[in-house]
Amino acid sequence: MDLSAINPILLVAALMSAATPILLAATGELVVERAGVLNLGVEGMMIIGAICGFAIAVETGSPTIGFVAAAVGGALLSLLFAFLTQITLANQVASGLALTLFGLGLSALLGQGYVGIKPPRMPDINFGPLADIPVLGPILFSHDPILYVGLLIVAVVWAVLKFTRVGLVLRAVGENHDAAHALGYKVVRIRTLAIMFGGACAGMGGAYISLIRVPQWTEGMTAGVGWIALALVVFASWKPWRVLLGAYLFGGITQLQLNLQGAGVAIPVEYLAMSPYVITIVVLVILSADKSAAPGSLGRTFHASS
Amino acid sequence: MVRFEKRPQPSRLFAYATPLLAVLATFFFGGLLFAALGKDPVVSIVTIFWEPLFGEFSFFYRPQLLIKGAPLVLIAIGLSLGFKAGIWNIGAEGQYIMGALVGAGVGLAFYPTESVLIFPLMVLAGALGGMLWAMIPALLKVRFGTNEILVSLMLVYVAEQFLASMSLGLLKNPEGFGFPGSRNLQQYPSAHNAEIIAGSGMHCGVVAALIAVIFAYVLFARHKLGFAIRVTGEAPRAARFSGVNPSRLVVFCLGASGMLAGLAGLFEVSGPAGQVTIDFNVGYGFTAIIVAFLGRLNPIGIVLAGLLMALTYIGGDIAQSQLQLPAAAIQVFQGMLLFFLLAFDLFTNYRLRFGRSEVA
Repeated sequence: MDLSAINPILLVAALMSAATPILLAATGELVVERAGVLNLGVEGMMIIGAICGFAIAVETGSPTIGFVAAAVGGALLSLLFAFLTQITLANQVASGLALTLFGLGLSALLGQGYVGIKPPRMPDINFGPLADIPVLGPILFSHDPILYVGLLIVAVVWAVLKFTRVGLVLRAVGENHDAAHALGYKVVRIRTLAIMFGGACAGMGGAYISLIRVPQWTEGMTAGVGWIALALVVFASWKPWRVLLGAYLFGGITQLQLNLQGAGVAIPVEYLAMSPYVITIVVLVILSADKSAAPGSLGRTFHASS
Repeated sequence: MVRFEKRPQPSRLFAYATPLLAVLATFFFGGLLFAALGKDPVVSIVTIFWEPLFGEFSFFYRPQLLIKGAPLVLIAIGLSLGFKAGIWNIGAEGQYIMGALVGAGVGLAFYPTESVLIFPLMVLAGALGGMLWAMIPALLKVRFGTNEILVSLMLVYVAEQFLASMSLGLLKNPEGFGFPGSRNLQQYPSAHNAEIIAGSGMHCGVVAALIAVIFAYVLFARHKLGFAIRVTGEAPRAARFSGVNPSRLVVFCLGASGMLAGLAGLFEVSGPAGQVTIDFNVGYGFTAIIVAFLGRLNPIGIVLAGLLMALTYIGGDIAQSQLQLPAAAIQVFQGMLLFFLLAFDLFTNYRLRFGRSEVA
């Protein structure tokens, strides 16, 4: 065992990259849940994003177009969920599970020709001399653009929810859909848009795994990240900045256990690989005492006649 | 102008018709999918749904129907208890793995002793393993209010890692020339879940599934607990007033579904699968969710749905070898089924109205 092989600066830099898929997916889901919809299909939308992004990036040679395609793919899949829960008024838990099962199958089907291919690499942003600052340089200024896009999305979501009329309407729909409907807001339309935003974010998160983190395509490669993202929204009490904190915490754990595996710690690999899931459970237990932050209409079906 | 009007009572007709409509719609869109993959849609559908039952080699495939259907029905019956009460155990896959591991572990511990007591002991251990694994989300929910959906699902990934560790470590066959995986239980008569009538596919798991179906039927039709489950699902507040203890119900529903999933895992690992390997589980725990919904959370419906799902597995294998239809296409097909089911369910609770709505 050689713990000195773990460089703390590189660890923190890698942690930010490890956290980005969770961060993107969780921020999207946060918006969906603030609108009062519980979409358990995050895992399915992520894996669809992963394969759409991968396939399009390979075909076009451009990772940027790949990420756009991933967002579109995730949003399209989420439209299925929106149709089920908003138009046909199906149970949200069941529909979310259906979305995940369907997404996993569909991604395996789409990804058949792409196993074992290397995708085009997305270059890091060149910050010039900033990247040479000791400690801060490698941590803050040596990443790919999508990582910064993720941070930007968190900031925008926070600002929109807190300071704008759109955010207020979205929260009103999530807190009490009957009251929002009575005020004349289009509950179904607003929720559908929120669901699509969530799908697009999850799709980009998935593509981040297949294009930047891993980078290759294997079946079921998201391996529960979508579910961790769902847990993270609860952890964050539905607040954007706490999602960021949580994502970095989980990213840190994921990265640390990978580094420990690499350093050859005496703990067997399987037990290290379990740790992110176990820690998710522990965190959920600690934080689930306080449910007051949950949007009032979360998971409830809305029908205008009732 | 089309709009939906809530029915005063759910339609009984549509409650039964929805699964059939969903299956028909899935045939249609599944056919389109197969056509998009460059296969003849009619031939594909016939290969998947007709060949295993009435084709030339049906004598070989029909027993498979029981072998693949039994774990699905066993798990889905357990899940239906919770789903009816709004308690969502979606970690059946993990409980299935843990049941198989604990049960097989007990059996292997006795190797090479031969005794008639070993298999019953393994069955008990399997049930206990699955149940204890499901107790984790149950107790966390009761004690701390933790979301059982997320916890039970996280535990699937933990169980998968544990399975990998066991089949590479503790349970590894010492005479296996270093290959991962345990001793083959099919070659250890005391621990082998053999077919009761050779060649029929009828092993102890099938019997257990039938018993579970009968128990669930009686529970819902005749027992107070079944009533408590139904009321809790439909009107949680009313259930509280009628004296239902929600915590007990959570523990019962998760415990029972974990137990049944554990049993399914044990019967699989000691019978058709034969040994503990890294990937002996094939996702029955997740497919069973579709089975439970397709069967309308009704015991008899679940049997029919389980057989249909088993058919898609078997037919899918045939289509894979004969038509080179990718395995993932069957997965998509199964997912589609659940989508259509949920969508058509609208008509159970709402009726379609044409014309403008009147201003009240």
